Amino acid sequence: MPNVQSLRCKECGRDYPLDPIYVCDFCFGPLEVAYDYDTAAKNMSRESIQDGPPTIWRYDQLLPASRENAVDIGAGMTPLLKADNLGKELGLNNLWIKNDAANPTHSFKDRVVSVAATKALEFEFDTIACASTGNLAGATAAHGAKAGLKTIVFLPADVERGKILGAAVFGSVVLVNGNYDELNRLCSELGDDRRWAFVNINMRPYYSEGSKSLSFEITEQLGWRAPKHIIVPVASGSLFTKVHKGLNEFARLGIIDGAETKMHIAQPFGCSPVASAFVDGQTHPKPVIPDTIAKSLAIGSPADGFYSVGIANKTGGSATIVPESEVAEGMQLLAETEGIFTETAGGVVISALRSMVRAGVIGPDEETVALITGTGLKTLEAIADTVETKTIDPNVRSFDEIVTGAEVN
Amino acid sequence: MPLRRVTFTFKTDLIQRPVIYELGKKFDIVTNVRRAEVGQDTGWVILELEGSLDEIDRGLAWVAELGVDINPLDGDILVG
Repeated sequence: MPNVQSLRCKECGRDYPLDPIYVCDFCFGPLEVAYDYDTAAKNMSRESIQDGPPTIWRYDQLLPASRENAVDIGAGMTPLLKADNLGKELGLNNLWIKNDAANPTHSFKDRVVSVAATKALEFEFDTIACASTGNLAGATAAHGAKAGLKTIVFLPADVERGKILGAAVFGSVVLVNGNYDELNRLCSELGDDRRWAFVNINMRPYYSEGSKSLSFEITEQLGWRAPKHIIVPVASGSLFTKVHKGLNEFARLGIIDGAETKMHIAQPFGCSPVASAFVDGQTHPKPVIPDTIAKSLAIGSPADGFYSVGIANKTGGSATIVPESEVAEGMQLLAETEGIFTETAGGVVISALRSMVRAGVIGPDEETVALITGTGLKTLEAIADTVETKTIDPNVRSFDEIVTGAEVN
Repeated sequence: MPLRRVTFTFKTDLIQRPVIYELGKKFDIVTNVRRAEVGQDTGWVILELEGSLDEIDRGLAWVAELGVDINPLDGDILVG
């Protein structure tokens, strides 16, 4: 926080005070937090990071909120696991899985909401809100509860019951009878005229900075270096752009020697506006109506899609569109090889990784990190038709017949 | 007067049509373009619309009928 300078328009560069605003009044470009990197470099070192708490707040010198008053339920410092079994399956000798399902509400959204909730308190809001079909709902509800804020989470009325209960247990959930567009519009209007901290509207410039902690952690866990490749599941593109920003910031501050990481986009066929733009050589994604099993990636109008395409191009990265039929395959492959049960977005990443290796985008010995952003336990229905179980009678003969397949005399 | 910030995305066949001019003529809406780009086979415009909410709704319905993709400036707010 001490190193934060202003909010700056990503398009025209105009500076704004650190208020709960998110769009440039002049060109309508998105606002982003700007830092005084010279001061940050003096205040931040590998040692000072390691002396910090085992959460995202160890990187507070490059976050836009104060560690002292942080709404901290333990987001961050999730495992970076060497994935030798999966690597062997795919033909990669240097593969790592960043398992963000290990966050308090089981997704990377805890990182961003921890920052948004802290800013909501700093701005003296009394209410925090979001509109979500899953992960963001749980993260906002949990951090709202910890912060002592009134919390309003909008969910489509037809979302799975498990997701509703997973957020409702923390506080107020409002179910909305309406389609995707209607819910978007309702929340846009509420965001305009209520004095609420709407995590991904007026808190967006601050909220999204929390995602940088993912790349900060990856470099720290690798021994202070950036990997050669990072594969990111893309929805709005916010995570993608911030993971890249985090790498560049660490390089700029000298925390790591450099960041030559190639940034790769993974999207499912049923919602791939960003990946399609990259593949087609376009700069701006064309909005689509999402129709994908990967609900957490179902953003047809991605606010940071343009910037994501630019970063993938600039870093020598790529984009992969994963067939819907391969999403569950990816989930199962990761579960069977590494013991990690990911949500559908993770299935998209693993299947994309497999395609990239086959296409020669990633060399066998190149250090590669795949981001797993949430747990499969919230999306059990996705693998309901692919997972097999065996049922036996309660005797050894039946066990041998059906499970071991042994001849029984 | 209510304001609405939106992105219009045009397919190739609509790029030459003065849709925004027609929107302002047909409906009681003030249009104010802030940013735009026209590419090889697509174009987009970010603009502010000012008028009564009903009039803006009617105007946007007409634009959508032409085949223009309309999205709130902020992108999708409802996320996973």
